[in-house]
Amino acid sequence: MKILVGVKRVVDYAVKVRVGADGVNLKNVKMSLNPFCEIAVEEAVKLKENKAANVSEVVALSVGPKQCQETLRTALAMGCDRGIHISTDLRTDYMELQSDAVAKLFQKVIEEKEKDIHLVLVGKQAIDSDCGQVGPALAGYMSWPQCTFASKVDLDGDGLLVERETDSGTETIKVPKLPAVVTCDLRLNTPRYATLPNIMKAKKKKVDTYKAEEFGVDLEVKNKVLEVYEPPSRKEGILVDDVDTLIDKLRNEASVIQ
Amino acid sequence: MLSRCKPRTLFKSAHAYRAFSSLLRSPITKDYAELVRRAPASIVVDDSKDLEKYNSDWTGQYKGNSRIVCRPQSTEEVASILEYCSREKIGIVPQAGNTGVVGGSIPINDEVILSVERLNEIHSFDDINGIIQCGAGCVLQTLQAKVANWNHLVPIDLGSKGTCMIGGNVATNAGGQYYYRFGSIHANIIGLEVVLPNGTILDLMSTNRKDNTGYDLKHLFVGAEGTLGVITKVALNCPRLPSARNVAFLACNSFESVCQTLSLAKEKLGEVLAAFEFMDKQVLDQVASEKTIPLTDGKKNHNFCILVETLGSDREHDMEKLESFLEQATDAGHVVDGILAQDTRQVSIWEIRESCNPIIKSKGYNYKYDISLPLSEYYSIVEEMRERLLPFKGDIVVANWGHVIDGNLHLNVITPGKFEVDIQIKNSIEPFIFEYVVAKGGSISAEHGLGQCKNNYLGKYAKSKAAVAVMRSLKDSFDPNGILNPQKFLPSSNSKN
Repeated sequence: MKILVGVKRVVDYAVKVRVGADGVNLKNVKMSLNPFCEIAVEEAVKLKENKAANVSEVVALSVGPKQCQETLRTALAMGCDRGIHISTDLRTDYMELQSDAVAKLFQKVIEEKEKDIHLVLVGKQAIDSDCGQVGPALAGYMSWPQCTFASKVDLDGDGLLVERETDSGTETIKVPKLPAVVTCDLRLNTPRYATLPNIMKAKKKKVDTYKAEEFGVDLEVKNKVLEVYEPPSRKEGILVDDVDTLIDKLRNEASVIQ
Repeated sequence: MLSRCKPRTLFKSAHAYRAFSSLLRSPITKDYAELVRRAPASIVVDDSKDLEKYNSDWTGQYKGNSRIVCRPQSTEEVASILEYCSREKIGIVPQAGNTGVVGGSIPINDEVILSVERLNEIHSFDDINGIIQCGAGCVLQTLQAKVANWNHLVPIDLGSKGTCMIGGNVATNAGGQYYYRFGSIHANIIGLEVVLPNGTILDLMSTNRKDNTGYDLKHLFVGAEGTLGVITKVALNCPRLPSARNVAFLACNSFESVCQTLSLAKEKLGEVLAAFEFMDKQVLDQVASEKTIPLTDGKKNHNFCILVETLGSDREHDMEKLESFLEQATDAGHVVDGILAQDTRQVSIWEIRESCNPIIKSKGYNYKYDISLPLSEYYSIVEEMRERLLPFKGDIVVANWGHVIDGNLHLNVITPGKFEVDIQIKNSIEPFIFEYVVAKGGSISAEHGLGQCKNNYLGKYAKSKAAVAVMRSLKDSFDPNGILNPQKFLPSSNSKN
């Protein structure tokens, strides 16, 4: 089986994001591999290590500027075999390139470049746009089954048995036959560290670059962003010296007790 | 880290007080009333309140008997307290976060505790020049979070960042893991506001990096451990927050390979090298009982593990340098295994390093030493120490970790399962360790300072007679009545040093 893993380069989870005139300020801001994509890579590599899965190759795919090559190198250092970089200078944080276009680019890669993909693993959402749409949209375009928010993935005959986490509990879904799209949630696995030998090997692994325009996909914005603003800042709390002062403030200032 | 010293006798009542010198006296009721009048947020011991947290340190080694904590809310209140105590000849112990390990912030008797915790305003941050101005009572982590909003960082980082306060960091010239990359506090201090023992407010606040006008007084207070004046405000240089960070965890078989890896790191990583910490097998074995060590040699821990961090402005550039360094270190055989932490997990690698201290503390009695040694001598003292302790019955572990890049070793002797000090073990370690360090040209207290623990070693193991004499004359000039931290920092009056 051949696996395609989507990896997105996003603003690092720990960065304090600032909003400027044209949306979130990305200049000189630390970028890293989207945490949910990292989980997808780990799942793909785990499947490759599982002899029963019979995985021939894991290909990592990233859409964005040339720095995406670093993101791909991280995926390769974790154990992916090859990388594909679709190069574009459009902003990938929803401001310019949006989920529908990305899903269509993934579709083109599967139909034109990597014709025998059996499984697509992507993160459940990217932490910059929080859309969670690429996985389901791609499944729709390919007419493939989709399992989102996967917290457990097991082989089951010709298909998969996937547990997915929802607000009301966990449901188990049987996918009778591959190919399929699975989006990965937090509790699916704990991504491995890149080991030194794998980091060295990654330098020699192949990364192919294509221009986004090459694929003939409409990259135009489908949803216009009207405004981006920071949430109102939380007012600072105060320290009180004793219980009496606390009760007084709760009663007379915050008006939360009689 | 902390050097073990003779246990102090506790004075249970004010009447059993023994004056520090013929000058100082014990505070009495009218003094407490007057101090509360001058600093209304002060707390005096009574039936409903105790000052436990101010009178004791986190290592459990020191306990004071102070009956008042003054908590001034402004520089003027600090000045008022000092003026009174100077005139009345009452001892004062300035206290910030109280995270020190040499008892420098704990009263020896019933001196007045002067806490700067209420001086916690951040006055300004100039994000073009990268200078923060704030009160001495600001918690380090709060400052780090604040300047991060403008993509800057505070040049020091310690395990105690959630509790320690910048005033204390400055007064002790705190070191930490970024000492090599960003320099000491001396290198980053731009200005200070200090109150002198007689109540004079000395305004040395500034936003000028370069100012060659007169003696640079602020440096006297950095590292003076609160014995020359009380720091009330700080102006500190804050470097830009690097956008590229890498954390690698590597394994070596011998200390010599650790040194060769360090040398290679300095050469190949150059200006992006930010931290280089080591841990030996003995401390890893202890840490492994509570945390998962990401690199092991089968079921055992490696002989040595290193944490290497790079910080730079260009991710691609840093990665190239890092890969080149890792390749060479592996090819040459210095490094036998390693991992590179992706962004979300860099913190957990640091947690392994930062948990050494608390985990060791929980295992048994710790004889802690914080020493500086030339790299060539760095580990030989550990081997000698293990030899010396062989004759003792029972389990004794010599666990070591530290800022090897700064030549700073935290040597810890532990008796797992036994939580009482053993005088015989202690006498086998001291004064041997100090004499050894001095003979090799090292320092007996690399970053933790002297406090009330190592002050009596100042003349014997650290500085010359002439140097100590100059220090005493400085102290007498600033604090003629000796009210600030009596019997600390400088050798005590009844010591022969």
